[in-house]
Amino acid sequence: MWRYTLKRILAAVPVLFTVVLITFVLVRVAPGGPFDEERRVSAQVLENLNKRYDLNLPIYQQFINYLAKAVQGDLGPSYKYPNRTVSEIIASSAPVTIELGFYALCFAVLFGSVVGVFSSLTPNTWRDYVPMSVAMIGICIPSFVLGPLLVLVFGIHLEWLPVSGWGSSSGDKLLPALTLGAAYAAYVARLSRGGMLEVLNQDYIRTARAKGLSEWQVISRHALRGGLRPVVAFLGPAAAGLLSGSFVVETIFQIPGIGRFFLQAAFNRDYTMILGTTIFFSFLIILFNLLTDLLQTWMDPKLRQASSRK
Amino acid sequence: MKIVIVLALSLLFSACSKDSLTPAEQGVLDQILLIANSDEPRELDPLLSTGSPEHNIHLALYEGLVTKHPKTLAIEPGVAESWSLSEDGRTYRFKIRDEARWSNGETITASDYVWSWKRSLMPALGSEWGYLKYYLEGAEAYHKGETDDFSSVGVKALDDKTLEITLVAPCHFFLQLLDHYSYFAVHPETILAHGAIDQPVSKWTLPENWVGNGPFALSKWVLNDVIETKKNEHYWDAANVKLNGVNFYPISDQQAEVRAFRSGKVHLTYSASLAIEKIPYFKKQPGNVLRVDPIYASYYYEFNTQKEPFNDVRVRKAFSLAIDRALLTERVSKAGETPSWSLVPPDPNGYEPKQYFNYDVVKAKQLLAEAGYPEGDGFPTVELLYNTNDNHRKIALAIQQMLNQNLGLQIELVNQEWKVFLNSRRDLEHDIARAGWIADYLDPSNFLEILVSDSGQNNTGWENNEYDHIIKQLKFTQDVNERRALFEQANKILATEFPVMPIYIYTDVNIVAPEVKGWYGNVMHYHPYNRVYLEAQK
Repeated sequence: MWRYTLKRILAAVPVLFTVVLITFVLVRVAPGGPFDEERRVSAQVLENLNKRYDLNLPIYQQFINYLAKAVQGDLGPSYKYPNRTVSEIIASSAPVTIELGFYALCFAVLFGSVVGVFSSLTPNTWRDYVPMSVAMIGICIPSFVLGPLLVLVFGIHLEWLPVSGWGSSSGDKLLPALTLGAAYAAYVARLSRGGMLEVLNQDYIRTARAKGLSEWQVISRHALRGGLRPVVAFLGPAAAGLLSGSFVVETIFQIPGIGRFFLQAAFNRDYTMILGTTIFFSFLIILFNLLTDLLQTWMDPKLRQASSRK
Repeated sequence: MKIVIVLALSLLFSACSKDSLTPAEQGVLDQILLIANSDEPRELDPLLSTGSPEHNIHLALYEGLVTKHPKTLAIEPGVAESWSLSEDGRTYRFKIRDEARWSNGETITASDYVWSWKRSLMPALGSEWGYLKYYLEGAEAYHKGETDDFSSVGVKALDDKTLEITLVAPCHFFLQLLDHYSYFAVHPETILAHGAIDQPVSKWTLPENWVGNGPFALSKWVLNDVIETKKNEHYWDAANVKLNGVNFYPISDQQAEVRAFRSGKVHLTYSASLAIEKIPYFKKQPGNVLRVDPIYASYYYEFNTQKEPFNDVRVRKAFSLAIDRALLTERVSKAGETPSWSLVPPDPNGYEPKQYFNYDVVKAKQLLAEAGYPEGDGFPTVELLYNTNDNHRKIALAIQQMLNQNLGLQIELVNQEWKVFLNSRRDLEHDIARAGWIADYLDPSNFLEILVSDSGQNNTGWENNEYDHIIKQLKFTQDVNERRALFEQANKILATEFPVMPIYIYTDVNIVAPEVKGWYGNVMHYHPYNRVYLEAQK
């Protein structure tokens, strides 16, 4: 298991390198530079700016310099916010995105699992069709539609919740977490329903019922562990997706998370910021996929044996 | 489990409380003005920053030697209590008021200005506004690195409280420039504590380090969240400042800005434009919340005069004559814009450009026929380039339709992301491109200089020696009437040659809560917070 984990960690290094290389090349190929503005700067000022950020060096030299500093944890200064480094911006904004993603994931897992499990108990009845139809709608409605809708209802008409900000007033985390987590909750509901239906038809569940256990005991002690396995498999991609896909929600609700910086960096051609945030998100995706694999291996004895043979 | 559910529900309901005040309501009680400020500022160093979001914040954090009256835009004393001008119109002497202080309590001296302006002109600093100081004697040579002797630049401290400025030539609008943030002073010791004088990347503008001289002081800056300021007790006129603070929220999304206002997150919106479809809604709201004011800014299209078919002036003129600007502003842009027949908008100082052409489809058709395209036959499909923005798209669509209906032409709309758009325009890869210009100071030369042959802002490929000569003459002309005559000559050339097609004069569209008092619309989008206050509505 440890060797398997170590192998996976080492395999992540070339993946990260490739991501950095491709991103570096792509941002440089894209038309427009970081200092292109409506009021064009003079050639001399542009030269000074390029010199300040080493953009006057050959591109391969810039890449080598960047890598050499990045491995030491120095992701360079932001071009857009010159008095802050990329590392500082990530350090201050990543916790916000992680917190938002955590709430959204909690909502998705708790709400989705409960709905999915209850649907599976009375399959093909209205108590199954209604929540599953709602789940399907949840999957189909994009966050840029759902977010403003929630704001309109709960923020503007009912005046129950704040419509933007993060941590400045009570309740301002609810709507963003719901918006971000809604589609994932719907997925979880469908996955848990499918998983539960499969498990509830297994022989060991029939045996448990035959032994006289109550339906609640059958589900909680025997069915849930197997039935929710697809949900666990989905957790890694879901966590990675929630974190890296939060920029729309962050924009709608004006949340100072890293997703907004990621998006703005692309528009501003803030090269170092694009690279820094890409590295950060790549790292998270790799990490969450690894954790999911490990969790699944732990839950499934067959996988555990297979990994120990690797 | 039950406990968890009860706790979760109680948390939910406590969050959903309707009893608490909105931030805007609380702001009225605390006298804290909450502003949606469009975008996150790049920099809060006035000598380095550019853009409207920064300008809005600088109005709180700094003050120039002079200021402007928020209603009339007349020049008023700021850090300088008085000034005099020599007979030859080249030398100003400013008397800095005794009570002028930095936010740390230290006295502001004339040498602070000399030091600051030296810094702003140092080549290594890379200030994008260096050229605005070329009106000062010797400034251009120093900024371009032709000399490193700053004593050759026309700014000197005669004593602690007297600043002398010598110009290359009399400049009619020089006092206007002193209100531009690139002419502000910065606190030398603070900057030197965080780097060299010409070091552009510095931590001095972070709240824990910052020192300024405006009515408000920087207290908090969280990127993409908020910039908070509090009343500066050391400000020379602090007794008359009614607000206790101004908070700026970088809300870049137009829809999010509207939602923030409607939910009571902010007292006023401050972005350059409001989503067109929201204007009718706010027009109907009570309390006169929609404020529409003309602004000293032009919306126009640039022709690529080096490329067929726009290398023919008749084609350019035909296009300009075939656009129904009144219909466009009334039905499409809808924000009270004024149809424009000149690149230069009229200004409060009295210059009103003459109208040399009008909406005339018959004449446009005739010109097009003369150019070899009768009824539009044989006219190539040309591209109209604009940057990603819903308002620009709507205007481009309307113009496409008008040119098709009136002249039988096929126009293809091309939308590009901002930086790609800037590149295409700069490299003259376009046929027609959208453009806009917001004046930095109240003088028509601001607009006319764009089209000088060697201007970095000239994206038309158009060159005209006579025009260049007129603009050059403007720099050495102080007499108001002579200047107006030169403006008109330049305007006439533009209306003969048509390198650009004026469309409308921008308006400043803001939503302002009725609680905000002392906030006035003006053509320079100039809204100082000194006299603004908040008053609860009865």
